[in-house]
Amino acid sequence: MRGHLGIRILQVVPTLLLVSIYVFCLQQLMPGDPALVLAGEERDPQVLAQIRAELWLDRPLVIQYFHWIGNVLTGDFGFSWRIRQPVAMLIGQKLPVTLQLGSMAFIIAISIGVPMGIISAVNKNGFLDYLANGIGLAGLSTPNFWLGIMLILLVSVQLGWLPPSGYVPLSEDWRQSLATTIMPAFVLGNAIAAVLMRHTRSAMLTALEQDYVRTARAKGLREWTVVIHHALRNALVPVVTLGALELGTLLSGAVLTEQVFSVPGFGKLIVDAVFNRDYPVVQGVVLVTATVYVSLNLIADVLYVLINPRLRGA
Amino acid sequence: MTRPSLLATALLAAALASLVLAPLPALAQDSSTLRIGLADDPDLLDPTLGRSFVGRIVFAGLCDKLVDIDANLNIVPQLAASYAWTDSKTLVFKLRPGVKFHDGTDLDAAAVKFSMERHLTMPGSARRGEISTLDRVEVVDPLTVRMVLKTPTAPFLAALTDRAGMIISPKAAEAAGKDFPNKPVCAGPYKFVERVAQDHITLERFDGYWNAAAIKINRIIYRTVIDPSVRNANLQAGALDMAERIQPTDVDAIRKNAKLALAVYDGLGYQGITFNVGHGDRSKTPLGQSALVRQALDAAIDREALVQVVYAGMFTPSAQAIPSASPFYDPSTPAPKRDLARAKKLLAESGMKLPVTVELTVTNSADQVQTGEVIQSMASEAGFDVKVRAMEFAASLDADDRGDFAAHLIGWSGRADADGNLYNFLHTGTPLNVGRYSSKDVDGWLDEARAVTDVKSRQALYAKVAKAHIADVPLMYLYINKWITGMSTRVEGYIPVADGIIRPQGITLAK
Repeated sequence: MRGHLGIRILQVVPTLLLVSIYVFCLQQLMPGDPALVLAGEERDPQVLAQIRAELWLDRPLVIQYFHWIGNVLTGDFGFSWRIRQPVAMLIGQKLPVTLQLGSMAFIIAISIGVPMGIISAVNKNGFLDYLANGIGLAGLSTPNFWLGIMLILLVSVQLGWLPPSGYVPLSEDWRQSLATTIMPAFVLGNAIAAVLMRHTRSAMLTALEQDYVRTARAKGLREWTVVIHHALRNALVPVVTLGALELGTLLSGAVLTEQVFSVPGFGKLIVDAVFNRDYPVVQGVVLVTATVYVSLNLIADVLYVLINPRLRGA
Repeated sequence: MTRPSLLATALLAAALASLVLAPLPALAQDSSTLRIGLADDPDLLDPTLGRSFVGRIVFAGLCDKLVDIDANLNIVPQLAASYAWTDSKTLVFKLRPGVKFHDGTDLDAAAVKFSMERHLTMPGSARRGEISTLDRVEVVDPLTVRMVLKTPTAPFLAALTDRAGMIISPKAAEAAGKDFPNKPVCAGPYKFVERVAQDHITLERFDGYWNAAAIKINRIIYRTVIDPSVRNANLQAGALDMAERIQPTDVDAIRKNAKLALAVYDGLGYQGITFNVGHGDRSKTPLGQSALVRQALDAAIDREALVQVVYAGMFTPSAQAIPSASPFYDPSTPAPKRDLARAKKLLAESGMKLPVTVELTVTNSADQVQTGEVIQSMASEAGFDVKVRAMEFAASLDADDRGDFAAHLIGWSGRADADGNLYNFLHTGTPLNVGRYSSKDVDGWLDEARAVTDVKSRQALYAKVAKAHIADVPLMYLYINKWITGMSTRVEGYIPVADGIIRPQGITLAK
């Protein structure tokens, strides 16, 4: 177990290094000269030259890369070209927002998806199964931005219950904070709930047909004890894997949802940075996202072992 | 978990949620805070470096200028009590006495000299191009500044109605160094409080403001809400008091809401199609080489219908770079009506093989793509085959610079002085003349219009440019943008100015 974990952790280093090179190169492939974007409408040639020199854009790519990665290794992510704030500060400011949004979305997804999957499996081919499947399909096929705008129009504009967009930090006013994030979290969690529901259902169906479940029933255990304690526990292993992968999806889903709800989070940070060709921000955000993603997978690996004792020997 | 208990849990959760959320003052209404929705996140809050339009809206609260423009586009004193041209190259400003910066230091002639020289020499200055004819600034006495130009430049004064005329505190600028954009100190009605990137900028009333009587609101929060539908929803829900750049298609919804009002007024900018007439290989097309073909395309477009279809008829069709509100507008060159027979005749005269293929680059936003498609269908009736190439904005600028375009649908935000809408686009060798149009006559008129200061002779010169433009069509103007500002009916005293900037002076918020 310890050896396994050690190897997994060691794998993280080259992965992240590759990601850093990859982002750096991809960005160079993007059409659009950052200096042109930064120079504004007037595009004075002398100003363009000054900007290129100041941002090292006139130096060879390899030099630019090593300059950047060298700084990153000492913890310096550089400055946003557009607003001249430290990238690390921006990330520190935005990451908690998206983590809050993501956690809320994930809680919503689990609390809708898993129970629905169980109900669906227990009532296989029954009315509740069809209903749950129908809801799941609708959840999967509803585009985030559409659902977002509809919710804003209904809940904020028509009913006036919740603020339509923006964000208040938890530390400042937790109720306002929840009020500003509950709609985007629901939108974000909605599609994942559908995925979790379908996977829980199929995993539960398989588990419910196993011998140990029959044995448990034969022992005269109550049905919900059989379903929750015996079947669900085993069915959860693939669901956890999927959940971890979906956490990554949450980050990418946040990109769109944060745009719609004007939540100043991580997704919005990167989208705006890409449009403004704010390379240091794009690079910093992608690197941090990759780190989060890799760590989540690592956590999922650990969780398998905790849930499934059979893997402990491995 | 059995079904009833699941249901019970769900109900309990819902009840808890409503308990938590119900007493929320979700949409706080506070008569001392004005919340303005911006269509973009401002860039650097430094008048020397700032480039974004929304940044200018924040600067209107933060930094006063030497001179300003009023609702009729007249240049009026702001930090300067008065100004005068002593000759065609010398401009003298008398400053207001007793003006303080937010840090308590005095705004005097030395501070003006400091700011102007900073605009001119700071690396990466976005102001350099606007005031490049400034030779030197002389401090005559603590309240008198003399600016001497290299050549007579009539538009120079108008440049000072924007960021180039903003004066910053030399003491604060020296102390903050490169960090100045994160803690700007000016002499405007409001001082900087905080900025959360991509979310909001907060300003607070500056008690030492020279024109304090005009400022009724304690606090302004500028919130970035990029999506126009969401900006509109925020306004509708009462989460914003004002929102700039409401979409023409949302105007109806706002008109129907009794709690909201609209200000709709002509802007200074235009939307048009820039043709590549001399920039590299991509100019070697029938469109790039033959003025007749460009005239034919011009005649094939129904501007009225275009504006009707894409912008619900809200914008003003136009055939010149200067809006009708400007004293330099040429009334003898109105927007032409569509003339399909003439378009066909011109195409036949040009001797080009039909259909004439035109690649039209557009920015990949819904309205721009739609504009491209409307042009495509109108032009096809005359014998054009328009291919619409949608590109992301930054990429399209890059393509412009490389000459990698045949025709580009792109706008200009506009400047108070006509020169700002013409010179850099039509004069040979200027940075924004990406199609590389070159005409000795036009160059001459544009130069001459810079050198004379009286409006009448300048207007006559710009009229000549407009006529030459109709013949050469290096750039096909389509319409003049309108500013559409949505606001709560609680907002009173707002005076729209054609530059689209929301000036806080005089604005009050009813309870």
